[in-house]
Amino acid sequence: MALPATLNVHVTEPLKPKDYRSEIVPTWCPGCGDFGVVGALAKAYAEQLYEPSSVTTVSGIGCSSRLPLWMNSFGIHSCHGRAVPVAIGAHLARPEMPVVVTIGDGDCFSIGGGHIGPPARRNMNMTVIVMDNGTFALTKNQNSPTSRVGLPGSLASGMGNLDEPMNPIELMITYGATFVAQTYSANAKHMGLIINQALSHKGFSFVNVLSPCPTYNKVDTFAYFKPRIHDINEEGEHTTLTDRAAALVKAGELYEHHKREDAPVPVGVYYKVDKPVYAEKVAKVREYYKATDNPQWDEILDRFKP
Amino acid sequence: MAIDLTIKVAGEGGEGVISSGDFIMQAATRAGMEVVTFKSFPAEIKGGYALSQVRISDQKIPSQGDGFDILVAFNGEAYEVNKPLLTPGTIMVWDGPKGGDFEPEEHDGVQMFAVPMSDIAKNQLKNYIAKNMVAMGAVVELFGLPEESLKSSIHDKFIKKGQEVVDFNYQAIELGRAWIRENYPDRKVTQSFPESKEQKDLVILEGNQALALGAVMAGCRFYGAYPITPATSVGNHLVDLMHHVNGTVYQAEDEISALATVIGASFTGVKSMTCTAGPGISLMQELIGLAIMSEVPVVIGDIQRGGPSTGMPTKHDQGDLFACCLGSHGDAPRIVLAVADVSDCVYLTIDAFNLAEKYQTPVMLLSDASLSIQTEPIPRPDMSKVKLVAREFAEPPAEGEHFNRYQITASGVSPMGAPGIPGTNYAATGLEHAEDSGPRTNIETRNAMTEKRWRKFDGIEDAFTPIEREGEDGDDLGIISWGMTQSVTREAVARLRAQGHKVSALYPKMLWPIPQKQIEAFAKSVKKVVVPEANFQGQFADLIKMRTNVVPIKFNAYRGEPLIPKEIENMALNLLQQAAGAAPKARLAIH
Repeated sequence: MALPATLNVHVTEPLKPKDYRSEIVPTWCPGCGDFGVVGALAKAYAEQLYEPSSVTTVSGIGCSSRLPLWMNSFGIHSCHGRAVPVAIGAHLARPEMPVVVTIGDGDCFSIGGGHIGPPARRNMNMTVIVMDNGTFALTKNQNSPTSRVGLPGSLASGMGNLDEPMNPIELMITYGATFVAQTYSANAKHMGLIINQALSHKGFSFVNVLSPCPTYNKVDTFAYFKPRIHDINEEGEHTTLTDRAAALVKAGELYEHHKREDAPVPVGVYYKVDKPVYAEKVAKVREYYKATDNPQWDEILDRFKP
Repeated sequence: MAIDLTIKVAGEGGEGVISSGDFIMQAATRAGMEVVTFKSFPAEIKGGYALSQVRISDQKIPSQGDGFDILVAFNGEAYEVNKPLLTPGTIMVWDGPKGGDFEPEEHDGVQMFAVPMSDIAKNQLKNYIAKNMVAMGAVVELFGLPEESLKSSIHDKFIKKGQEVVDFNYQAIELGRAWIRENYPDRKVTQSFPESKEQKDLVILEGNQALALGAVMAGCRFYGAYPITPATSVGNHLVDLMHHVNGTVYQAEDEISALATVIGASFTGVKSMTCTAGPGISLMQELIGLAIMSEVPVVIGDIQRGGPSTGMPTKHDQGDLFACCLGSHGDAPRIVLAVADVSDCVYLTIDAFNLAEKYQTPVMLLSDASLSIQTEPIPRPDMSKVKLVAREFAEPPAEGEHFNRYQITASGVSPMGAPGIPGTNYAATGLEHAEDSGPRTNIETRNAMTEKRWRKFDGIEDAFTPIEREGEDGDDLGIISWGMTQSVTREAVARLRAQGHKVSALYPKMLWPIPQKQIEAFAKSVKKVVVPEANFQGQFADLIKMRTNVVPIKFNAYRGEPLIPKEIENMALNLLQQAAGAAPKARLAIH
C-alpha cells in the first residue's frame, strides 16, 4: 500500500500499558532496574494515548537498548552509540511522530557522546531516556562514563575506576536540552510522572534513570539508593525550573552522595524551559520558500538553463 | 571538419581562474556549442595552482580530452607547469609584457600573445580583481568567443550586485579586446571557436548538481550529510532544490550521524540519501551493515578523492571501490553503481533510488572529484518519462494476525511496515532476527535470513542492465572501464576504431553485484581484456578476477588526475602490438 500522508498519532480509545508491550520476553537478568523502565514507558505511552503504529522507540546497543524489542511500537534497535542520530532522522522525516530514545549510559555518554549535543542544542522535539547503571553490563562489567571512582571493571586499573564520573544533568543543561530530569527505576510513581512530563514537553527532553545493575554494579544497588533517594522538587527546594544557573548549581550536587555518607541521591526535574523547537523553525523556512509536495518541474529545471 | 577546441585557464587559486572557465563554458553553451569542462584546484581556500579547462566543439564531446589548444597563463607557475605541454600548434596568452611575474621562453610553433592583464586591471581599472575579465576580452578578440553570450553570462551573474558592477566587467572585457586590436593588428590565429548556433533545449549542470537534481527527481526527500570535499556541494544544491519539493537537508555532526539520520528517515518511509567521500565512507561502514541487516533502503553517494586517510581531497581517484563493494563486516550484500558523466549523475542516481527501494538495500553511488565539478550541457530532463519504483509497503495485518517484517519470500524482499500503516509496527534490528524481527541465533534462522538477504540479488544482472557493449565479436582487444574512465575510454575507442583497430569496450554502470555473465561473455568474445582505472591496485580488475573467470590486464593511473583518451589509445596500441604481457604504466599527465 501507499505510505499514508498523515499520521494518526493518538488512539481514540485508550489502550492498556500491556498493549504497548511486545510478545518477546525480555532477556534482562532477574532484578534488573530496566524492567521498571519498560513498564513505566508502556504505561506512559498508554497515558499519552499514543497509537502504537505511530510512535518510534529507538535504541543503540547494550542491555537497556533491547528495550524497543519488548515494546509494541515502531522500534529501531540500531548500532552502539548511534541511537540519537537514527532518531533524529525518523523525527525529521515525520515531525508529528513521537520519537523516544531508550539507551544506556555507555551508549549515550561514551561511544555516542558526540551525538547527544546537536539535537539538544537544536531543541528537537524528542525524548531521550538513559538507563544509567554505571557499568557496561552486556560486555560483563567495564567502567562507564558514569561509574563512580573505585568501581571495579574488567578493563579498569586493577584498583577499580580511576575516573571521576561525568555529570549527565550538567552536560545536558549545558548542551541546551529544554527538559532535564533524573528519576529512579524502583519508584514507579516518580518515574511515571517524569517520563510523562518528558513526553509532553515540546522540545528536547532528557531523563536520566538510575537503573541498578544487580549483576555487575555491587555498589549502586537498590539497597544503596532506597534510603537516599530525595525529590528535589519537593518542599520548595528546587522549583524555579526555568533558571539555568540555579539548575546547574543544583546539578552540581548530583554526586555529593559519593563523597558524603549522609548526602541524598537527588531525583526530580532540574530544568524546564519553553523554546521554539527545530521543526517549527524548519517549517518557517519552508513556508518562506513556498515548499510544496507538488513540485513544479518546469520551474525547477528552468534554473539550470545555460 | 569538426571544430574541437580546448582552452585552459591556469593560475593561482582565488584570482578568477575557475570563474573564467565557467564564463567561457557558459558563453559557449549559450552560443549553442557543446562543452565539457575539467577543473582542478588545491584543497586550500586561497593560493596554490588552479586550472579550469573548457573543451568546446560543434559536435557532442565524450570526455575532457587530452590537453589544451590555448593556454591562458595568469602567472609564472601556470607557465612553468604547462611548459612541457606547449607543443607546436598550441597558443599561449600570457600576463605580459609588463605587470606579470614571468617572461616566457621561445617555443617552436607556439603562437604567443602577451596581454598585460594584471597591469590593465591594476592601473587602468584600479581593481586587480578584473584581471580575468581582461583576459576574457583578449580571448573574445583572438579566438571569437561570442561576446554577446559572454556578456549575457556576466550580466546574469553580476546584476544582483548592480548595473555598475556589470558595466565594470564589460569595460574590462573591452580593454582586453582593445589591447589585442592595437598590439596584434596583423595576427593570423590558427584556432577559433565554432560558429554560434541556436541554443538547444538544454540544462547545464555540474556533476554534483546533477546528482542532487537526480535525487530530487527520484523522490528523495531527506538528505543528511556532513561537510566533506568533494561531496559537500551535493548538499549545497539540495538545500535549494529541497525548498521546491518540501524535503529536508540536515547537517549532521559527523558522517556516522549523517548515515544514521538517513537510515532513521528511510525507516519511516521517506526516500533518503547521504553523500560523502572516502573518509566518510570509512566512518559509515558499521551503519552500512545496519542498513543491510535491517533491510532499510538508503542511497550513499561516494564522491571519491585520493586516499588513503586525508589523501588528496580535491583530486581525482577511483580508489574507493573495494571499500564500497566489500566494506562493512560480515556477509553484507549491497549494490554499487558508478556514474561516468553528468547525464549519469541525473539518471543513474534515479536508478540508485529505484534499486534501493526495490531491493530494500543500501545502494552505493560512486562519483569522483573531477566529475563532481565537471560541467556539461545535457538535454532538459523530462519528468514525465522518469519511471520511479515505489517501496513495497505492507498491508495492515488481519485482525489477530501478527505482521512479520522479515517474512521469508521467494524474492528475498519482504513488505515493509511504516509509521501510519496500522499494525505494521516492528523493531528493526541489527541483530540476526526471525521473521517477526525478534532476535534469534538458531541455525535454521541464521541460514534462512542470510540466504534471504543474498537471494534478493539473484538475477539482478538480468533485471538491471545499464551495460553497453561497443565493437564486434572477435576483436583483438576488449576494454572494460567504469566511472569517469568510461567517458575517456569512449573517446579512445572511437579513435582506435576510426584507425581500423579491432577494439571493443564494455561499459558497466552496476559494478556490484558484479555483472558476471556479461563480463565473461565479453571476455570470451575478444582476444584479451584490459581494465584501465584511476587507482593503484586495479580494484575493479581484481573484483572481476575474484567473481568471474576473467583475468584482466591492469592499466592504472593514481596521480590524482583522470586518465586521458591519448593514454588509453596508446595503451591499446601497445597491447595490440604485444602478443601478451602487461600494459605499460600510465605516465602522461594533464597538469
